Amino acid sequence: MTLAHAPASDARAPRLALAGITKIYPSVVANEDVDLDVAPGEIHAVLGENGAGKSTLMKIIYGVTKPNAGTIRWEGREVTIANPARARKLGIGMVFQHFSLFETLTVAENIALALDRERAGGDLATRIADVSTHYGLPLDPGRHVHSMSVGERQRVEIVRCLLQDPRLLIMDEPTSVLTPQAVARLFETLRRLCDEGCSILYISHKLDEIRALCHRATVLRAGRVTGTCDPRLESSASLARMMIGGDLPHPQQREAKTGEPRLVIDGLSLDADDPFGTTLHDIRLTVRAGEIVGIAGVSGNGQKELMAALSGERTVERAGAVRLMDADAGRLDAEERRALGLAFVPEERLGRGAVPEMTLAENALLTAHRQGLVRHGFVAQARVREYAADTIRDYRVKAGGVDAAARSLSGGNLQKFIVGREIRQHPKVLIAAQPTWGVDVGAAAQIRQALIDLSNAGVAVLVVSEELDELFEICDRLAVIAQGRLSEANDTAATDAEEVGLLMSGSFIAAGAHSEREFSPAGAIGS
Amino acid sequence: MIRLEARPEPSKLFGWASPLIAVVATLIVGFVVFTALGKNPVEAFHAFFVKPVESLYGLGELLLKATPLMLIAVGLAAGYRANVWNIGAEGQLTMGAIAGGGVALAFHGSESMLVLPAMLVAGAAGGMAWAAIPAWLRTRFNANEILTSLMLVYIATLVLSLLVHDHWRDPEGFNFPQSKMFTETALLPNLLAETRLNVGFLFGLAVVFAGWLFLQKSYAGYQMRVAGLAPAAAHYAGISAPRTVWMGMLIGGACAGVAGVGEVAGPIGQLLPSVSPGYGFAAIIVAFVGRLHPVGILLASLLMSLLYLGGESAQLNLALPSAVTGLFQGTLLFFLLAADVFIHYRIRVARRHRARVAI
Repeated sequence: MTLAHAPASDARAPRLALAGITKIYPSVVANEDVDLDVAPGEIHAVLGENGAGKSTLMKIIYGVTKPNAGTIRWEGREVTIANPARARKLGIGMVFQHFSLFETLTVAENIALALDRERAGGDLATRIADVSTHYGLPLDPGRHVHSMSVGERQRVEIVRCLLQDPRLLIMDEPTSVLTPQAVARLFETLRRLCDEGCSILYISHKLDEIRALCHRATVLRAGRVTGTCDPRLESSASLARMMIGGDLPHPQQREAKTGEPRLVIDGLSLDADDPFGTTLHDIRLTVRAGEIVGIAGVSGNGQKELMAALSGERTVERAGAVRLMDADAGRLDAEERRALGLAFVPEERLGRGAVPEMTLAENALLTAHRQGLVRHGFVAQARVREYAADTIRDYRVKAGGVDAAARSLSGGNLQKFIVGREIRQHPKVLIAAQPTWGVDVGAAAQIRQALIDLSNAGVAVLVVSEELDELFEICDRLAVIAQGRLSEANDTAATDAEEVGLLMSGSFIAAGAHSEREFSPAGAIGS
Repeated sequence: MIRLEARPEPSKLFGWASPLIAVVATLIVGFVVFTALGKNPVEAFHAFFVKPVESLYGLGELLLKATPLMLIAVGLAAGYRANVWNIGAEGQLTMGAIAGGGVALAFHGSESMLVLPAMLVAGAAGGMAWAAIPAWLRTRFNANEILTSLMLVYIATLVLSLLVHDHWRDPEGFNFPQSKMFTETALLPNLLAETRLNVGFLFGLAVVFAGWLFLQKSYAGYQMRVAGLAPAAAHYAGISAPRTVWMGMLIGGACAGVAGVGEVAGPIGQLLPSVSPGYGFAAIIVAFVGRLHPVGILLASLLMSLLYLGGESAQLNLALPSAVTGLFQGTLLFFLLAADVFIHYRIRVARRHRARVAI
């Protein structure tokens, strides 16, 4: 503790200075000779594509991994950050992109674990509630983490860090699960933090955010620093160019020609299947051939449940509540709905969209078996490999070939493979949940283009995303989900982020229909 | 400093090498054990591993004992790949023996050529029925099939004991707890003169081949692997979880049941209070030593069979206790599981980076 509150040995020294950091993994060089310094009160962006080495660098700063070479100076003196506890003692807090939460514990218990003894005491639940409401990150301290969606888990991570009064806060893609209003609030918070002298390392692929928020940016490509700039003076295009070493593909114009209804959700209501899930209320939505309909919303408002009900992973009592190609599909399972022409890209890639231990060829077979890959009950090996190879080629998946294990791919490349696998089945309806979550800008642009092309070819596309920019870019119509209810779908051209943001906070829900998930800030801790 | 380092990809080489490492390590332990017992290790190894297979008769015995092991292990592998942990093959074997033996006794003295096929069908049905109980409990109540299938082993043994002590006891059997000897048409024909090897062995090979087709080549086998590796992905792809449990349990039960018939219609020739020296449990080891792959299982069943014979030979020639068989089986499984570490990890002797390390 003494060190954390000791005066800096040199007031002018950067809060954090890295020199010549190199980290070599068995199969890849993650960081090579990286220099980086962060001044007190500075918001410093670290930019780079997936696999550029951003996360590894942050893990080194936070003491999760050790570099093979290089020095770390904290407020002017050389330090050894052996573990995260040491990092926290120095005053470094981190919000991870992949969450480090114990699923079987509650929010408050998870937070208590990360705090030292005196901070974890007595009124923790109240402080969690205070901080979470202050920063617009509603959290019930008594809830178990396993029942929470990806976005809600990230909220826990952010609040956990803010409770530690850090002097350097590392934020790895923190805004992907927030409404525009909440992003604005978070930015205010971050600016206030930096005014108070806290430094912030901000990792994001949202170039607009970086330009709006950050004072300086260090750009990484393939583990090396390719440049440092003032993002306020750059354009998104110039930043992207530094990051990927080339120009971004621009999405082609949409040709809006819509046809018959392909997916009709007609008064779908569904009880939550776990105590902390969201109950769906009377969801109504029609997706026609040749259009892209988006569903916006803050994670945990029923997206997970809606996706399961549409994909067939959960069936519903009333068969007519979900209609595919004019057939009542509510009671059909996932396989039967696929036979009708449905394809689905799930939110979780590893473990749901793909089997981590299996090869890409075997993963192609997972859903594409109707493409002549199975004959007389036997797997047609040559055709399976061909299907996987074609998918890898057409969607420019960076992989070691069709025999590479799915888990050896980066998130973005695996997502490209899954999207390609689904699209190449010539679906009549494609549903995609968070299609570009955690995917680098280049791959995200490519995936969005693929969705646009698909709708131009007459397919009905439904996209559920927490990224408003993405939805505005590709969707013809946009609906908002909040507290298990779906707003009307409006033409994208006739609405804006402001209006959608209001809907996301549940403004469209009639006064009589009270919230299902009541929120008690001073929930039972220690129970 | 030596440390374990995760491999980026599981090693294919060690997938096959780790069983061999385990075998070698087991032999080393055997060497130490024999020496500690005051036996000449060379002589002991000769008695254990060579003497049993020196004669044609011995080779016949090797294949005879390997038959139920490969049959059961292939059936179990289907379930194990799908994370369906059927530990009760011994009970399913016993039920298969009871059902098949019941048919043999019901048609005692019949000249019909259909008796033997009927026994095999009844045996498979008996084993499946016994495996269906844990399958139903798992799919209906989410009861752990490891526990339920294991508990049913003891019930099956007691049912067999009841029958041979009472209803099915041979009236001319001098009050011994045993059934009548099966008649000619209820026995598996001999395959090789001067040995006890019967056509059951060919049946075992056929099942190994069928298992290879199912596990490695069929779409249903692929679906079961997906269900075992990533349940959420199986759900996403529309692979039914209950169906996977039922298939895994029933295939294992059918194979074990047929193996049970193979015993009572083969070397035993009647129903006794015990119809298996623990084949159902040894087959679990066989399945894992064989990497849940039918070809591996075929080889592992021969190895395990040799351990059985070697144990008997060691008792006769070296006056070692019968526990030595179980000791070798256990040691083998222990080393196999330990050697499996090398599939996902490699040993690295860490070098220190002196350059500019401040850590």
